[in-house]
Amino acid sequence: MLHKIKPAEIEAEADASLTRRGFLHAGLAVGGALVVGFHLPLADAAPAKAPFAPNAFIRIDRDGKVTLIMPQVEMGQGIYTACAMILAEELDAAFEHVAVEAAPPSDKLYANPVFGIQVTGNSNSVRAFWLPWRKAAAGVRAILVQAASELWKVEPSGVRTENGAAVHDASGRRLGYAALLDRAQGLTPPKDPPLKDPKDFKLIGKPLKRLDTPDKVTGKAVYGIDAMPPGVKFATLAACPVFGGSVGHVDDAKAKKLPGVRQIIVLKDFVAVVGDHMWAAKQGLHALDIAWDEGPHAAISSEDVWKQLRAASKTEGAVANSVGDVAKGLAQGDLMEAAYEMPFLAHATMEPMNCTVHVTPTTCEVWVGNQVCSRVQAIAAKVTGLPLDKVTVHNHLIGGGFGRRLEVDMVDSAVQIAKQVDGPVKVVWTREEDMQHDVYRPVYRDTLSASVANGRIVGWKHRITGSSIIARWLPPAFQKGIDIDAIDSAADIPYDIPNLRVEYTRDEPPAVPTGFWRGVGPNNNVFAIESFMDELAKKSNKDPVAFRSDLLGKSPRLKAALELAASKAGWGSPLPARTGRGVAAQISFGSFIATVAEAEVDANGDVHVHRMVCAVDTGIVVNPDSVIAQLQGGLIFGLTAALYGNITIAKGRVQQSNFNDYRMLRINETPQIEVHLIKSGEAPGGIGETGATAAPPALGNAVFAATGIRLRRLPIDRDVLSGKKPS
Amino acid sequence: MISLRINGESKDVDAPPDMPLLWVLRDILGLTGTKFGCGMALCGACTVHVDGAPVRSCLLSVGSIGQRAITTIEGIGATPAGAKIQKAWLDLEVVQCGYCQSGQIMSATALLNGTPHPEDSDIDAAMAGNICRCGTYVRIREAIKHAAQN
Amino acid sequence: MNDSPKTGGAGRFVLIVIAAIFAVVLVGFLWMAVLAPHPMDFAGGPHVALAEYHGDDPTGVPAELKGASLIERGQYLARAADCAACHTTEGGEPFAGGHAFVLPFGTLYSTNITPDKETGIGAYSDANFLDAIHKGIAPGNEKLYPAMPFASYTYMTDADALAIKAYLFSLKPVHAPDRENSLSFPFNQRSLMGVWALLFNADKRFEPRSARDAQWNRGAYLVEAVAHCGECHTPRNLMQALNHREKFAGTVQAGWRAYNITADANSGIGAWSEADLAQYLAMGHADGRGTAAGPMGEAVDDSLRYLSQGDIAAMVTYLRSVSAIATSDLPAPKAGAAPASHAEGVAANVDARGKAVYAGACAGCHDWTGVSPVVPNATLTGVRSVNDPSAINVVQVILTGAHGHTNAGTAMPAFGGAYSDTEIASLANYVTARFGAQPSAVTAANIAALRAQD
Ligand code: FES
Ligand code: FES
Repeated sequence: MLHKIKPAEIEAEADASLTRRGFLHAGLAVGGALVVGFHLPLADAAPAKAPFAPNAFIRIDRDGKVTLIMPQVEMGQGIYTACAMILAEELDAAFEHVAVEAAPPSDKLYANPVFGIQVTGNSNSVRAFWLPWRKAAAGVRAILVQAASELWKVEPSGVRTENGAAVHDASGRRLGYAALLDRAQGLTPPKDPPLKDPKDFKLIGKPLKRLDTPDKVTGKAVYGIDAMPPGVKFATLAACPVFGGSVGHVDDAKAKKLPGVRQIIVLKDFVAVVGDHMWAAKQGLHALDIAWDEGPHAAISSEDVWKQLRAASKTEGAVANSVGDVAKGLAQGDLMEAAYEMPFLAHATMEPMNCTVHVTPTTCEVWVGNQVCSRVQAIAAKVTGLPLDKVTVHNHLIGGGFGRRLEVDMVDSAVQIAKQVDGPVKVVWTREEDMQHDVYRPVYRDTLSASVANGRIVGWKHRITGSSIIARWLPPAFQKGIDIDAIDSAADIPYDIPNLRVEYTRDEPPAVPTGFWRGVGPNNNVFAIESFMDELAKKSNKDPVAFRSDLLGKSPRLKAALELAASKAGWGSPLPARTGRGVAAQISFGSFIATVAEAEVDANGDVHVHRMVCAVDTGIVVNPDSVIAQLQGGLIFGLTAALYGNITIAKGRVQQSNFNDYRMLRINETPQIEVHLIKSGEAPGGIGETGATAAPPALGNAVFAATGIRLRRLPIDRDVLSGKKPS
Repeated sequence: MISLRINGESKDVDAPPDMPLLWVLRDILGLTGTKFGCGMALCGACTVHVDGAPVRSCLLSVGSIGQRAITTIEGIGATPAGAKIQKAWLDLEVVQCGYCQSGQIMSATALLNGTPHPEDSDIDAAMAGNICRCGTYVRIREAIKHAAQN
Repeated sequence: MNDSPKTGGAGRFVLIVIAAIFAVVLVGFLWMAVLAPHPMDFAGGPHVALAEYHGDDPTGVPAELKGASLIERGQYLARAADCAACHTTEGGEPFAGGHAFVLPFGTLYSTNITPDKETGIGAYSDANFLDAIHKGIAPGNEKLYPAMPFASYTYMTDADALAIKAYLFSLKPVHAPDRENSLSFPFNQRSLMGVWALLFNADKRFEPRSARDAQWNRGAYLVEAVAHCGECHTPRNLMQALNHREKFAGTVQAGWRAYNITADANSGIGAWSEADLAQYLAMGHADGRGTAAGPMGEAVDDSLRYLSQGDIAAMVTYLRSVSAIATSDLPAPKAGAAPASHAEGVAANVDARGKAVYAGACAGCHDWTGVSPVVPNATLTGVRSVNDPSAINVVQVILTGAHGHTNAGTAMPAFGGAYSDTEIASLANYVTARFGAQPSAVTAANIAALRAQD
């Protein structure tokens, strides 16, 4: 997405040179350890204007232990391991001696080059830090070599490094990095340290074991919800079930009497109960008699939301991309029009929202697992009125992010509660609260029209209508009415189309808060585009794979992925009755992916997914096993949404509450999944969200192949497939 | 005071008898390896063993347990099947965010104890109650079979 | 048309038919109305007017409350009579009405019985109130529909009825105009309800059975005059009046099956111990018998759980004296748990999709044995609903859940929102096959029909 941050693009280009000028310099050691920083010129390019400043990533202890101070959070994507591999690679450190430490909050030091703030998201950790991390490590290696050559009085060229040591072959001398720290201290790394040629990579590209998993199979891993500062109390809360409502009157007579209930805290829009443990807090909350002031949205229903969105989708949008003459294009050939609709979705991370806070008159300490560490610190400072440097944030492993933890609402409420509690308090949301007070993947309506002539698309018009999350979340990036996320993978559609126009019409749903959700913009765009491509293939009487492939002349990498996926999936080979194959192709997050789904639709309209085959070219792969895992998981995440995901609104509130009515795919519904990696020397692409984006269109197209019924709304409506409802 | 046998040790806890074991483990005893996911026996994140059987601790009132042996993720590695499963989980790199995995491992261990060579249908029956939002199901199935072979 | 001899013959024939029909109707009428037994006739023995009865007064409030204020006594009785159940709508103000009764011939809405002068009963005199309770007649001679169980309440003493009135009048008036009923002709003719009442409402106060002890008579008063158990558990005749010939034999109401609560050992509660019954009424659950859900769950939550132990015991005594009637399609509940192994205990021909849903959504709490390892209320062994081959209540609980207040926190959530009709049908069939005496054969269409009712 980097290249698509419009306002920053120009600078980003300019910065290419800057990047080359990017230099490393050794800073002063902390506790005798060598700390090396580097600056991220790209940060200047980012919309939020992170200030130019060096930051600290690598620490080498006296015992030779290399610690990587990790700006990105681990939420299952394997980034700790990937990052450690990249650094160990260029540093020639012994991988088993590399440790990872979560970085403290600081946009100054740890800004994500793409966003200019400290954020883990948009599947860009490896993409964004690939070069900076390598240069940082290579720079350190260079000064260690220099130190060794000075010590041994030999030419630096004669000194090589391996496994955490400098080696002089001529004299057979060898010294571990630890022994070189004093000399390396204060040395200035070369301006542009040489980077390894990928063919010399020893670690990158190997399926190394992940650093974070051993503790996760023994229960030792500590997530935010596991933080246990001494003397901690436990709280849970209830916000007004109606969006935008507030607390009216609270009768706490019964709750106060319950054993273990310590405090009942009534705030503007939520009520919290503090107790000796979560059970007491839960019982206390249950015993409260709360009258809510439901506010202006008490009548909103899903019908209102869709009415508004459909109306908005009829209005012209801001142009995100325009090629040729779309009117002329649409005038030729057979015209086809379709609209696709995506529902609200909850994140339902397995670790419910939680945050532990200790507020004193002069300090605030926060324990949480969050994707935007510096925003955590900022909101805590705002709520407490303390200066930033008085707020300490301990970021933790995350039990599922998927975009939910790009928000800090759970920190905001926890700090408000903690301000009234003497000592630390852990605020844990119930699953019901988590589900009914999420920031939801917005409803989207994508309207497409295209015309085909001789099996090729001659005109293409795509209007995306929906909420702009960017406008709320990163205002500087929202320019000229374009939400760079909402149009992602649509404005840059991979197919050769001579006349094309892609528009974005912003429409904020009434009452319901919206947020990033695994797959973000591409999630809705790829579903709409790839479903429509299938409809166009049908209209042109062409095979869906051939139809796409013929239009991928300019995207050889995607074409290759498409052909590989098709052959691995046995595309075209016969299938049992009511069973079909569907394909989807996409370039998203810098990865080139093709997916084939094989699904059966029984007479009752229930869908049974048998097999998913995925081929991906994601450039240089740091850890292939993590990439495969991310695609397996992402596809299941996407299938869950396509089959079941639907948050509905009635009387201004979310109707779903727990896994009984917000359904998750389970192991006995999970298809066989095959992922095929395509070797590539290109820069790494993002992978964490791609599977979630790939599954829904592939499945929808498989359902069409199986039944002849085209579903243009998600989730899949089994009543339509069973013939109970018209499609 | 309620006395419990957890991972071979006996513990006295001051808790109301209707308090679910989950919160006793996490909030009173600090055994945070057992996770809270739904509180309604819908997700399996809180699974522990009571006399070897997998049980959802989020609904199990602590007063109803008596002297039956409780095993949690912190203790399961000490059992042969538990150790096997944990090793298989690492060999096949099952884990992603890991939050559901304590429960997955407890359910899988119970399965292996009762059915040393599980078929797919046994895995479905034993594991379908454990949700993994990260979608590690494919590897969970492989890892259980892998553990059964070694 | 021309007048041929034939027509005369035809005319005679028509007359005979009419006469025959008339005779049948007359007999049916005598059978349904005039000769119909009263709720307590099964007990036999002499009955005396309350005044002549020498045992302790079976009416009023239990001894514990004798000294309580009129309003407190009224509250106890209002709860025992469960006025709230029908006169409160979900999420609405208590007693403000608006609860819908969906009937084959239209929808009926309960009325506002808060003391609001304009829209409630604030303007009622004592006489007005008694007429409504005993005769089903509202001020202005407006005839009430028998959805208001006045044919049961009619046995309530004036004193108790007026205590309830005093309680209702102590509540905050709520301005809530009655909702328009949507009934088709002829059911929209209220005057006809007067005829109905004439035929089917005894309009008599409670008369103790002198041959029975005080406990039994107290139970009889509570069950018949106040708690009106028969209104759900006794089948109705063509005219929608309770048919006491099949007293407590069970019937389907509002999409739920009110089970046989006669002494029949297999299909009724004959096999239940007194303790089972008492626990079920007071707590909504009895181990090995089941947990109240749906309308019975509401009855426990809003009414029965507030009754004194003595009153529950009295109701139990009375209920157990009701003569046994067998319900042919209800087998004796299967004794014993299902096998621990998922692979055993269910015939191979049972739809596998039910098992798949059970494994994911149900087994965590209900286990493969049906004996819940976590929540006693969730144990399925021996429970009537899973031993009902119609599976109607199993389906309802799956669709809408079970939310007893007496077991807060461990209520069963509703699965209707996320599972398809086929999935729920297969699940119900799997559950009855695995845990019940006889498998059900519910179809997706049945589920759709029940959803339509909720
Ligand atoms: S937390 Fe117990 S099953 Fe989900
Ligand atoms: S590993 Fe993240 S929920 Fe299972």
